[in-house]
Amino acid sequence: MASETDNLLVSLKDVRFAYGEREILRGIDLTVPRGKVVAIMGGSGCGKTTLLRLIGGQLRASGGTVDVDGREIASLSTADLYALRRRMGMLFQFGALFTDMSVFDNVAFPLREHTDLPFGLIRDMVLMKLNAVGLRGAAELKPAELSGGMARRVALARAIALDPMLIMYDEPFAGLDPISLGVIGQLIRKLNDALGATTIMVTHDIMESLLIVDYIYFVSEGRVVAQGTPDELRASDDPFVYQFIHAEPDGPVPFHYPAGPLADSLIGGVGA
Amino acid sequence: MSRTKLDLWVGFFVVIGMGALLFLALKVGNLGGSNFTDTYVVMARFDNIGGLKVRAPVKSAGVVVGRVTNIGFDTSGYRAEVTFALDTRYQFPRDTIATILTSGLLGEQYLGLDPGGEAEMLKGGEVVQITQSAVVLEKLIGQFMFDKAAEAPAN
Amino acid sequence: MNGLLNVVRLLGAMVTEAIWRTGFGARFFILLLRHSGQSLTRVHLTIRELYFSGVLSLLIIVVSGLFVGMVLAMQGYETLQRYGSGDALGVLVALSLTRELGPVVAGLLFASRAGLAVTAEIGLMKTTEQLDAMDMMAVNPIARVVAPRFWGGVISMPLLAALFSAMGVFGGWLIGVVLIGVDEGAFWSQMQAAVDFRFDIMNGVVKSVVFGAAVSLIAVFEGYDCTPTAEGLSRAITRTVVTSALAILALDFVLTSLMFRGQS
Repeated sequence: MASETDNLLVSLKDVRFAYGEREILRGIDLTVPRGKVVAIMGGSGCGKTTLLRLIGGQLRASGGTVDVDGREIASLSTADLYALRRRMGMLFQFGALFTDMSVFDNVAFPLREHTDLPFGLIRDMVLMKLNAVGLRGAAELKPAELSGGMARRVALARAIALDPMLIMYDEPFAGLDPISLGVIGQLIRKLNDALGATTIMVTHDIMESLLIVDYIYFVSEGRVVAQGTPDELRASDDPFVYQFIHAEPDGPVPFHYPAGPLADSLIGGVGA
Repeated sequence: MSRTKLDLWVGFFVVIGMGALLFLALKVGNLGGSNFTDTYVVMARFDNIGGLKVRAPVKSAGVVVGRVTNIGFDTSGYRAEVTFALDTRYQFPRDTIATILTSGLLGEQYLGLDPGGEAEMLKGGEVVQITQSAVVLEKLIGQFMFDKAAEAPAN
Repeated sequence: MNGLLNVVRLLGAMVTEAIWRTGFGARFFILLLRHSGQSLTRVHLTIRELYFSGVLSLLIIVVSGLFVGMVLAMQGYETLQRYGSGDALGVLVALSLTRELGPVVAGLLFASRAGLAVTAEIGLMKTTEQLDAMDMMAVNPIARVVAPRFWGGVISMPLLAALFSAMGVFGGWLIGVVLIGVDEGAFWSQMQAAVDFRFDIMNGVVKSVVFGAAVSLIAVFEGYDCTPTAEGLSRAITRTVVTSALAILALDFVLTSLMFRGQS
């Protein structure tokens, strides 16, 4: 049992979170074993991004515990949290590249901030990371000159600059053409295995994810509603999973935002 | 870390900014001339200071030798207390007369010092004993009119 | 009745919001000061901001200073001439510039040139999650992004204000001495007799430092606090310009009454 918990890099127990009155997470339990690629899926706005921010310590849970590498995030001081974050890489939804710096400087940024390595060594490391994502030739470009897929790859190179133990992706596939999408998908898997890291990916792109991940959690209305390996899920007859995999517009995830019967609204006016 | 064009521009900016400050200090202001660094403070009491203000010049023989630093009111004698700082280069005898004068007919008022003949010099914190108050124009005119009026019936 | 209640409710909400923001702003300022070490130890961060807030404001400051001085001389000469004291033109131009116009007008220009740019930049970084990304890379955005911009502004502002005043005096000289023909000796000597270095010029510098700090703080705060949408960003930018202008004028009143009350 002890070895099993040691083997878990991230574990969330009964995590709750609310923005003001609006409850986003209502008791999430999930675990991420070391070395695996885990996807968290769900419709837009179901709190997936919030989950990543809880793991990264940018938000504090209002209930439950978030453990990363055996340490509870909520109990860490700012300095400890920063020390932990140096071992995490996060890819934001649209890359979040620093627009005033070149691609090279973007990837060099974490190295320059956290190490005193000599100029030449940093250059070699940055070029290696850029080579890993296939963009060594774009080192001198500005982020504005990159396509969406390229920007995502540069951000990926930046996220892995410090060889993190945990890489988190927030919607890595959003807004990409099918080719870039496949490229990013393959990179996520390859980099995870090459670096011996652990990956958490938040996405709603089920087809791409089924190809590359080890385990999937489905989140809806603030709870984990289904989970399993890709093979288990493909075979699953769970209505939620079915709706998601087959992209049905209505099902357990409703098409309508909660409201009274339409007739009431039409006759009585909105809010009557 | 290497020098960049940006550094050059920032250097240029700082240099001309400092240059502007220097220009203000030396050419526009009076830092080069009559600014006193080493001073000693002396006090004088007047019946009336007229329009004398803090920072008004203290002159002797027309040369600025100090500045008025404070003006107060002495409730025991109902007199004005004028404190002024004099440059340590200029020493005055103890029986110096302090007068409030006006530059020109309507100009600003200043403190004039007429040195006496005593051998002992004024020291910091001492009080100038002999003072002469400001000439108040209204009073002067009033007196003049009064005198005239007094003369009139005689004619 | 209902309308009145709504107005009261709205007013209450506005006051609460204002107090809330003030408190948050104060906490932000303390955090900024605490994380300012890096701006001093890694000078190139601040130098970069000096370039953006200082060097890029040079042109507008120099040109406006020159014109303000020229207009002052023209208008001032008209008035002084009536009392037969055209020679005092230098005094008028120099005193108005060093005490008031230099810091105030330079501050207003600085707010709309550099302050606005800082708000836009930080706001855009927030909107595009660059600040969050930095935070996740264990780099404090307040230390790395906000503090250098603040200190860059605080350092630039007095230099810009001095430059503005110097250019203004030069403009006054151009109009007064070169064009109108006021005696050059009287122009400078009366000016030097009336303008006190410590009292007039240094107080002007103190003012400009205070304005620089106020504008920079407002600019970085509005950027950092903006709602991360295009609309929120544009509102933050507007607020920077409006709040900075009000802050400069209000602070100018306070400082002037502290510095110059009961004296000359």
